[in-house]
Amino acid sequence: MGIISRGFGGRRRESVPGLPPGQYLTHDFPVLSAGPTPRIPLDRWRFTVTTETGDKTSWNWTEFQALPAEDVTVDIHCVTKWSKLGSTWRGVSLDTLLADVESAADYTMVHSFGGYTTNVPMEDLLDGKAWVAYKFDGEDLEPEHGGPARLLIPHLYFWKSAKWVNGIQLMPEDEPGFWEAAGYHMYGDPWREQRYQGD
Amino acid sequence: MLDVPDWPGHLPGQHVDVRLTAEDGYRAQRSYSIASAWPHPEGKVELTVQRLDDGEVSPYLTDTVEAGDRIELRGPVGGWFVWRDQQPAPVLLIGGGSGVVPLMAMVRARAMAGTKQPFRLIYSVRTPEDLLYADELRRRVRDDAGLDVHYVYTRKTPDNWPAPPKRIDVAALNTYGWPPDFAPDCFVCGPTTFVETAADILVALGHDPRRIRTERFGGTS
Repeated sequence: MGIISRGFGGRRRESVPGLPPGQYLTHDFPVLSAGPTPRIPLDRWRFTVTTETGDKTSWNWTEFQALPAEDVTVDIHCVTKWSKLGSTWRGVSLDTLLADVESAADYTMVHSFGGYTTNVPMEDLLDGKAWVAYKFDGEDLEPEHGGPARLLIPHLYFWKSAKWVNGIQLMPEDEPGFWEAAGYHMYGDPWREQRYQGD
Repeated sequence: MLDVPDWPGHLPGQHVDVRLTAEDGYRAQRSYSIASAWPHPEGKVELTVQRLDDGEVSPYLTDTVEAGDRIELRGPVGGWFVWRDQQPAPVLLIGGGSGVVPLMAMVRARAMAGTKQPFRLIYSVRTPEDLLYADELRRRVRDDAGLDVHYVYTRKTPDNWPAPPKRIDVAALNTYGWPPDFAPDCFVCGPTTFVETAADILVALGHDPRRIRTERFGGTS
């Protein structure tokens, strides 16, 4: 369309390198969730990888904490248009969690406490691109930001970084998760501005 | 109020993305809740925009735009925080500040559809002067059977108000919300801290978390 908005642009945010199209910079950390924040006691926490054949690998909180963790500094981009640059996290790489899992699946469905789901292609979880994170900015991840642990996939819009994550189902075919079934993009690349279906 | 050619219609609770382009090509886009129901008697789409003093889009929309200007829109967007008039359950709407906007679309849609689900709106606002849709809400409470509204004032109350200013709390939701046994569909919209507080209280009172839908905007946490 390309309508010029008469008189617009007098005040504008500083342009910042590193922002995908249509995003603006925020220094705080907004919250976006579809429902109430679940509180998950650590003794009830469990993370399970389920393959396409039904084999399960799972960790309780103690076992999960014993896995090798990584500190990462990444930019995150929410589909509601804020971006946060240089956020610091600590978590377990999906390369570690999937290392001993036998699977030929190309797709995954990420599951959360509370019932949230989101689909992510397998290749987007591997090769240092995704973590199950449990610390943000040096502190335990707060429940409203997805604690005890959330997925962190910074190269996709942040709704893919499922809060309160509790498992990954490996799948041969792609299927929509929660927001994807409600009109959001199946893949969600912020650099190609894949916000909604059809982008 | 916008005339949108070929508007496909929307469900109450959905939003639009507004995209502005300056003459030099600079762009900014933001999401705004739709305040009106569809169908609309004049075929218009209404947005209610809260002006943020340090914003770059909202002051443009509230101060600069004049009737007749053209605006680039994308939408309707969002398929979760919506109410469908076929849903038979009673509805509890909880709005903080301009979070009342998508809830107002639901109130209007119910009247437009002529359905009878009991609707209750709890509207938290700083002062009586900050109320959005004050006259319309007063009229609808009188005319729309099965709709009632309770106000929570956080900074200043009207004269002769029975309670001092306070934030939304367990007592307010317990007294004025529907009981959990009623199994209402709950919609909570407002700033993050407001939504966190209200949704936590609903869960603590025994509401099924799956029946609580939230929409948050702005603010830090």
